Amino acid sequence: MMLPGLELKNPIMPASGCFGFGKEFAPFYDLSELGAVIMKAATGEQRFGNGTPRVAESASGMLNAIGLQNPGVDAIIEHEIPFLREYDVPVIANVAGSTVEEYVEVARKISRFVDALELNISCPNVKEGGVQFGTDPALAKHVTEAVVQVSQVPVYVKLSPNVTDIVQLAKAVEEAGASGLSMINTLTGMRIDPKTRKPIIANQVGGLSGAAIKPVAVRMVYQVYEAVDIPIIGMGGIETVDDVIEFLLAGASAVAIGSANFKNPLVCKEIIEELPQALRSYGFTSVEDVIGGAHRETATTGVLRT
Amino acid sequence: MKREWMTIIEHEPIARNTFRLVLQGTIANDVREPGQFVHIQVSNDFYLRRPVSIAEVDREEGKMTLLYKLMGKGTEELSNKHVGDTIDVLGPAGSGFPLDEIDSNHALLIGGGIGVPPLYQLAKQLHEKGVPVTSVLGFQSKEEAFFTKEFEEYGDVRVVTNDGTLGHRGLVTDVLEGSFDTYFACGPTAMLRAVSEKLDGMQGYLSMEERMGCGIGACLACVVPANDEKGYRRICCDGPVFDAKEVVLS
Repeated sequence: MMLPGLELKNPIMPASGCFGFGKEFAPFYDLSELGAVIMKAATGEQRFGNGTPRVAESASGMLNAIGLQNPGVDAIIEHEIPFLREYDVPVIANVAGSTVEEYVEVARKISRFVDALELNISCPNVKEGGVQFGTDPALAKHVTEAVVQVSQVPVYVKLSPNVTDIVQLAKAVEEAGASGLSMINTLTGMRIDPKTRKPIIANQVGGLSGAAIKPVAVRMVYQVYEAVDIPIIGMGGIETVDDVIEFLLAGASAVAIGSANFKNPLVCKEIIEELPQALRSYGFTSVEDVIGGAHRETATTGVLRT
Repeated sequence: MKREWMTIIEHEPIARNTFRLVLQGTIANDVREPGQFVHIQVSNDFYLRRPVSIAEVDREEGKMTLLYKLMGKGTEELSNKHVGDTIDVLGPAGSGFPLDEIDSNHALLIGGGIGVPPLYQLAKQLHEKGVPVTSVLGFQSKEEAFFTKEFEEYGDVRVVTNDGTLGHRGLVTDVLEGSFDTYFACGPTAMLRAVSEKLDGMQGYLSMEERMGCGIGACLACVVPANDEKGYRRICCDGPVFDAKEVVLS
């Protein structure tokens, strides 16, 4: 299947930040089996990230506040991308920054070496930049326009769920020239330890991911699908093949799997292998057949397909 | 490193809130060094695996012993597992104590609480290499103490408890005197910092712990600042064992 800039063998890819730059997962399976790889965020300079603890478990999910730790865009181009390029898999670079200038600089440099960009205007764990661009439609439009202008490859904008009306943001970045959307990033959250009386995560606030956020993500994909004409990469709590089908029915054209890689490093490969049988069992002939299906279903009484 | 459903062949309490768990499976055959750990998925309800250090390994028999302390919901659920049950294990993970590089005339091992277990396999292998071993084992109280007799098989043992109910009353740093040339420490970060300050100048290795995400080096949840240009180390894969000069303890 084809998405802007991406020729996908299947609609499954690991989500940014949950897969590093692929090296750590390569001993577990052949990365060429993936639909695509979304790399960990790149910023203009090296970033050391937040203090520890950086993760905390929660019901059906986890909080993280890594803080965009990465070696910087130049080091990623030199040391990380060549490794992924040895595999037959499209590579998407996640682009982050604190200012429009930084986003533009990173996008200009890295877009020559990858197949698409994922513009990260939704990281909740850094003090400057990041999510402020993702919660204000005018700022989101501005940074998207600037990045689209310098990028050599299609730009997917990663949306934050920490907004009142995600449709407004989606429309703003579509208007700004985004080729696609990826959604959702994590929801901000906090856990406090009764024994210490303090937040568990050093950054205090972290991003909630995992099954706990899946219904929020599915609802947002469903709403945005009706409002825009660009493809959506759906994500948020996917850990089974049925979760994948749920996102496709809501309107996603492909999906990304995040925290579930921590439970099971083989989860992407296993879901890719299970997908054809699951499609058949629900009566679909192809992935394309599923996309947006929940918006088209006309049967008035429920038809159960198993 | 691989993922495997290992079988529980022994499981028993050995001290207050502390359990001994023996697992059978091929991951045990892959263990290279003392100080490595396994990343356990207690059940599918938990999003994060639990890192547990390997206290003893029998590569030929494919068996390994883990000691863990009840810390919360995950370890409580682990404690309810029975002999014959299988659990989802990722491992062996991390780099342990670099035994081949170590040339010691008398090694000092310092363990605090649930930091004691990885030192047990280390004591055994140092003893096999002919290195004299002195072990300093610190616990909160007698009820929490474990493996003090077992360590005696491999050298002198100095037991310390915070409340004085067993051995010396005080902290492990009270009883570090002796003519040692290399130390190995595992325990809470505050203890590691106190030990490394006290033994400044001696060749030392520290085994660290931190809340972990993936356990394979991809997520950067468990980092510690380092004294070089790179600026950090990942505890799960660059460690958990580090040269004491390599990392910055905060």
